[in-house]
Amino acid sequence: MSEKDSNPNEKTNHPENKNRKPVSHGRREAIKALATVPVLGAVAYGVYRKKKQETRNITSANMFHFNSEISPLSPLAPDGKTIRLGIIGSGIRGKQLMIALGFGTPQYVEDLKQAHKQDSSDNRYQDFREQEDLKIVITAVCDIFDVHAEEAIAAGANIHREGLNGQYGAAPRRYRHYRELLAADDVDAVVIAAPDHWHGQMALDAARAGKHVYLEKPMTWTVPETYTLREGIKQSGIIFQLGHQNRQVETNMRAREIIEKGLLGAVSLIETGTNRNDPNGAWVYPIHPDANPQTIDWKQFEGEPDRVKEYMDYMTSAGLAKYVGPDPRDQFRLERFFRWRCWWDYSTGLSGDLLTHEFDAMNQIMDLGIPSSASSSGGVYFFRDGRTVPDVLQTTFEYADRGLTMLYSATLASQFNRSRKIMGHDATMELGNTLTVTIDPRSEQYRDKIDNGTIKPGEPFYHYVPGKSIDAVTSATELYFAERGLLYSYVDGKRYNTTYLHLREWLECIRSGKQTSCNIDRGFEEAITAHMGTRAYLEGRTMYWDAEKEEITRG
Amino acid sequence: MINKQCNNSKGQVYSLLTLRVLIGWYFLYEGLAKVFTPKWTAYGYLMDSKGLFAPLYRMIAGNPDLMATADFINIWGLTLVGLLLILGLFEKAGYIGAALFLILYYLSHPPLLQATYLLPTEGSYLWVDKNLVMLAAVAVLFFFPTAKRIGLDRIIFKNKTK
Repeated sequence: MSEKDSNPNEKTNHPENKNRKPVSHGRREAIKALATVPVLGAVAYGVYRKKKQETRNITSANMFHFNSEISPLSPLAPDGKTIRLGIIGSGIRGKQLMIALGFGTPQYVEDLKQAHKQDSSDNRYQDFREQEDLKIVITAVCDIFDVHAEEAIAAGANIHREGLNGQYGAAPRRYRHYRELLAADDVDAVVIAAPDHWHGQMALDAARAGKHVYLEKPMTWTVPETYTLREGIKQSGIIFQLGHQNRQVETNMRAREIIEKGLLGAVSLIETGTNRNDPNGAWVYPIHPDANPQTIDWKQFEGEPDRVKEYMDYMTSAGLAKYVGPDPRDQFRLERFFRWRCWWDYSTGLSGDLLTHEFDAMNQIMDLGIPSSASSSGGVYFFRDGRTVPDVLQTTFEYADRGLTMLYSATLASQFNRSRKIMGHDATMELGNTLTVTIDPRSEQYRDKIDNGTIKPGEPFYHYVPGKSIDAVTSATELYFAERGLLYSYVDGKRYNTTYLHLREWLECIRSGKQTSCNIDRGFEEAITAHMGTRAYLEGRTMYWDAEKEEITRG
Repeated sequence: MINKQCNNSKGQVYSLLTLRVLIGWYFLYEGLAKVFTPKWTAYGYLMDSKGLFAPLYRMIAGNPDLMATADFINIWGLTLVGLLLILGLFEKAGYIGAALFLILYYLSHPPLLQATYLLPTEGSYLWVDKNLVMLAAVAVLFFFPTAKRIGLDRIIFKNKTK
């Protein structure tokens, strides 16, 4: 555009343009005013093309449309009675469970407070203070190490969730032996977080005493006690919850829906595993400076004689004496007290500690039940610190009737991130903090959609990010957020931990009489499956499950 | 002479006009993309904020009412600014709107020395980022307007400019 153009007066002076002037001037004016309007047409065309390209996302939204919005949190029953709790075992996990219940030591709360002062984005203090009151009171605690017991008393009395120098409530009573605690009248229910070799016995005794039970995993240490416990729990009619908090994970619930809808087709292989790479992850926990034979009740730590006999009977009869000990059971040793997970004498190894989480998540999603057979291999390859349980373990579970294999693969010496994978004929689902479905190029179910281009096989087709009510394919951004834990742990703008939700469910079931999500039948499946894997490792041969006789056999 | 714009050469006017339309396109599509994304929200973006104003942005994200308002303003504000710039309609208002958005985006994710962001995932920046560059471009357009030459403002402001 020249200055000549923009100056209308100039053209009017041109003799030849005289007659056409009003028309051409008006047109020129209009053209100049509307010159950029066609750009909008280009935008519209671009948007149309872009939308068309995104059709496959819409297709996925339709295919993965779920009727129910999963809400992990229904309000507490309004007139629920206060439940009086006893805590059996207040070590690392026991303290975590108490915190999830809303009871932290003043020192713990103080630390959270200071952390918030130093970093205003650290909201753990606020979250803990605002966590819903579960209408419980801790009336009794039992731990055989004085320091742990005293911490549990302090936490139990900290009813207003205060830091140091706060106002505290009545202190729970400390019992030296858990059986004394179970005899107490002011205890309705118990949370058991003792070492593995005590799990079954304590839960059984609690049920017989009429106390409701929240039991940490794994459910049992020996095979025989697994049957006894199942019977005992069923006869007692108490509400039992096994501590697999994965039952509260939203992603798992969505995964179950996907399986139920048959979107993966026939599943033939499930891959799960554990990757950790630090001493703490390998159960080399710190030894408390105040720990000594005076502050620890070693006799009680040794275990229930009947259970120890079952353990020894199996180990000797199967020729596994090399896995027993090596220290005599009655010899006081701090390593064995604090790092008991490293020895079969108290532990269930990787099978009981970590495989059970993976198994229960898959059992939750796919109703797997007990496998038809199990074989294992592995060894003590990295943490050669005198432990008897392996730090590398691969266990293969066969579900012959279902036509599928579940592989568990673990190392405690590499933290490489592997997602759980459920591999189907039509699609594969990967589960981590998020859920991803990838359509198989050879899928028959999706053949038409692959052929007409609405599905691009081999590429992530569907993402589910918990905490967001978006069913369509979500952006890479949201995935990043979820993986960093920014999104999924917020429900109604509040952060929740899954252990809290799992305990909450148990307490609400006690009030309503309903069944828990990880009840004794699920627990039985968990325990037997883990024992099959363990025995396969120890004996170096395949273990079979005789479903009719309900027996582990050697085939 | 109609106005000061006449002093610009043809090349100047066309390059300024191109810049205006391109920035308009950018805003318009940013808005439309959100219009067409069901349940789009700036929640994640706000939560990812760092720097001096981060608490303010997180506060907005934490309040459902403010969050809804922020989403509405983003979706429709961006679309509106885009339309105004492309059409050359109420040009100056469009630039002010564009500048406000850019300042808010810059302050929510300032490219500080120690800051690392999840969003955006591309590019390397130190103190200066694309938002800031575009902000400067919008300032240039504000002081060298083109819509009264090419754009609907030509009709609207015809009487005034004569």
